[in-house]
Amino acid sequence: MLGYTIRRILQAIPVFFGTTLLIYFMVFAMPGDPIVALFGDHGVNEAVAEQLRVRYHLDQPFIVQYLIYIGGVFQGDFGTSFSGQPVSEILATTFPVTIRLALLSLLIEMVFGISIGLISGLRKGKLFDASALVVSLILLSLPIFVIAFVAQFVIALKLGWARATVSGGAPWEELILPAFVLATVSVAYIIRLTRASVIETGQQDFVRTAYSKGLSRRRVIGVHILRNSLIPVVTFLAVDFGVLLVGATVTEGIFNVPGVGRTLYQAIIRGEGPTVVSFVTVMVLIYLVVNLVVDLLYAALDPRIRYGK
Amino acid sequence: MNDSKTPLLRIEDLSVGFQVAGGEIIPAVKKLNLELMPGETLAIVGESGSGKSTTAHAIINLLPGTGRITGGRIMFDGQDLAQASEAELEAVRGKNIGFVPQDPMSNLNPVWSVGFQVEETIRANGLAKTKQDVRAKSIEVLAQAGLTDAASRMKQFPHQFSGGMRQRVLIGIGLAANPRLLIADEPTSALDVTVQRGILDHLQERTANQDTAVILITHDLGLAAERAERLVVMYRGQVVESGPSREILENPQHPYTKRLVQAAPSLSSRRLVSGRASVKVSSMSTKQIADADSAIEVKDLTKVFAIRSGAFRSTPLTAVDQVSFTVPRGTTTALVGESGSGKSTVAKMLLGLEKPTSGSIVIDGQEVDLLGKTDMKSLRRRMQPVFQDPYGSLDPLRSITATIAEPLVTHKVGTRAERQARVLELLDQVSLPRSIAGRYPGELSGGQRQRVAVARALALRPDIVILDEAVSALDVLVQAQILELLNDLQSEYGLTYLFITHDLAVVRLIADRVCVMNKGRIVEAATTQEVFDHPREEYTQKLLDAIPGATVKFGA
Repeated sequence: MLGYTIRRILQAIPVFFGTTLLIYFMVFAMPGDPIVALFGDHGVNEAVAEQLRVRYHLDQPFIVQYLIYIGGVFQGDFGTSFSGQPVSEILATTFPVTIRLALLSLLIEMVFGISIGLISGLRKGKLFDASALVVSLILLSLPIFVIAFVAQFVIALKLGWARATVSGGAPWEELILPAFVLATVSVAYIIRLTRASVIETGQQDFVRTAYSKGLSRRRVIGVHILRNSLIPVVTFLAVDFGVLLVGATVTEGIFNVPGVGRTLYQAIIRGEGPTVVSFVTVMVLIYLVVNLVVDLLYAALDPRIRYGK
Repeated sequence: MNDSKTPLLRIEDLSVGFQVAGGEIIPAVKKLNLELMPGETLAIVGESGSGKSTTAHAIINLLPGTGRITGGRIMFDGQDLAQASEAELEAVRGKNIGFVPQDPMSNLNPVWSVGFQVEETIRANGLAKTKQDVRAKSIEVLAQAGLTDAASRMKQFPHQFSGGMRQRVLIGIGLAANPRLLIADEPTSALDVTVQRGILDHLQERTANQDTAVILITHDLGLAAERAERLVVMYRGQVVESGPSREILENPQHPYTKRLVQAAPSLSSRRLVSGRASVKVSSMSTKQIADADSAIEVKDLTKVFAIRSGAFRSTPLTAVDQVSFTVPRGTTTALVGESGSGKSTVAKMLLGLEKPTSGSIVIDGQEVDLLGKTDMKSLRRRMQPVFQDPYGSLDPLRSITATIAEPLVTHKVGTRAERQARVLELLDQVSLPRSIAGRYPGELSGGQRQRVAVARALALRPDIVILDEAVSALDVLVQAQILELLNDLQSEYGLTYLFITHDLAVVRLIADRVCVMNKGRIVEAATTQEVFDHPREEYTQKLLDAIPGATVKFGA
């Protein structure tokens, strides 16, 4: 297991350099001169522009710029945004907000997705199951901004149960509504995944054998059906957590959540190379870690999977 | 308590049905009656679909899917199990009626340790209370099941056990609570013959010691006669014959039982002789075999696999060790051995699906190793495989026509219309109605599917057919039909067969020559007659002894 983990971490190194180089190149290749854009309507002062170019190493060839940037990253310096704020500071203020939102969404997905899916699977073909399938299909087919606007309008504005937008500090309780919106599609998917998995496991021979041993229905469901059925669900949840961590541009935008998604979107619009690359770099790292965790989770949940001992 | 005069189990007019879409109920068991005395062993024999397993499951009310008891009584120890509530059944299961399932591979939960699954049985049946006692009792159960270091194997998972060991664990679980009745549903059908014998001996010994009555469900008449005092023969949901085992075997009354007795490969002893007109060779004398030119010549064939044993290390495993044999043209050579003996690896190397580590394969005088890609393709045209599992080897999403025509399409043979005509011709050859051409594998029985697989193999008019356990997954009667078909096709088209199997009983029906493999080597090679009458190796003798019913002798 340790050998496998080390190998996976070694594999992550070329992935890290490959993705950052690619992103850096794409930002570099974006049309337009960001320095010129900074002057806006004022007319370009060549001397100042030249000074800024040297300061941000924009006068250097592409590969040198990249190496300077990567060298900085390894010293904890993610560069500076055009507004003069260190990118590491922006990261430090936005990521905690997104992590809070992601954790809340994950919790909602687990509680609603798994419990509804389990009941559906055990009561296949009954009224509960049929309704769950229809509702989940509706949720899956609605675009997230529709769900977001409807939730904002009905729950926040009409009923007044929550704030329509999130305030500066983004406290936990204000994030509940956005978290529900963010979780809906995944909840619908998890209901279906859990249901299918429970039905399949329920037909396995070892379930009949478990009953034949004299076990109660409650124990057979809890110990034999649920555990086996959760293997695909848990791995989906882990991947989904990774997706949530890198921010939800649309939901964060609608609810004005000062998280990663909204900040990254704004940085792309402004062509802020260092900010974009730094955010994406951190996201790549999160993805690599999440994928490793998913693979290790697989092995932990299913003893048949052992990676090279 | 044990009054031997009153039966332990009495089933009266039991009917079981499965509800299909639309609410209709398809009967699976019709008005079945049987009685079982305490301590007695009764075998229920029949082909798949006869309702034998359904009967077994109905007793403990664990019918799959939409199955339910539609009538009759199941009197066990004064209690009608057909009317019992879920709680009452829970109390009976495990404690009074143990169950040993068919397939040891799928009947232990793969994500829980073996110890855990034994312990929960102990706890559910109240055999021990405290943690230590439960553990001690579980170790005892595993030790009785024949596990050498039971205590340390408690932590292991089912996939770390061999099939035979898993079945021993399942028997241990079934017998843990000293039940008065044990239902064994084809307990050894999924196991190697030699393992099978050990498991059945173990089961017999344990149940005899505990004075447990046994219902043994099996499709193998020889096995049933050897292990049970009384037989019940089921056919299409009904009991067609019942009585003392010996009597039924020696003097079957019902036509179905007669057919079953005749078809049981473990009981007959002669090679099939084709009734069809033979074009080339049919059954050759030993001398002729020696003279005939060889279709396949294998010399010093070796395959070494690298087995991963650490993060970056691997240890070599010699699966096939310097194997040499020849298959004379137009005859059948059987490659026999237990699983893990390397016989299937030999087949894979012959088919070019696995590269040999060393050695040579000569097909029709042509060395295979030296062949380039195009030559390999022309070789594949002359040599076709039929595999074991007729469910797994046919694509469920392709129609029968598309399946049979696939090799023709791959090798660009004929026009669309010609291929269509060839498919119909092949269906005739394998005795399938032309009407199934448009159907899908899911709509065919196991035997029909295997006929389709044979038709697909014959599509390109090959000279050589490699049959890898081609009849092992089939019922006796179906097995007999397929063997007959293969034999007829051989004499009609002069086909050469390499027949790979673990079942010596089948070998006797089809093979001219036998090569016995053990641990990657050929330990004995001779004509079928010689091997059966005068086995030279101890291992061969062991395999012969393992044929169920080998000890049962009959008059007719």
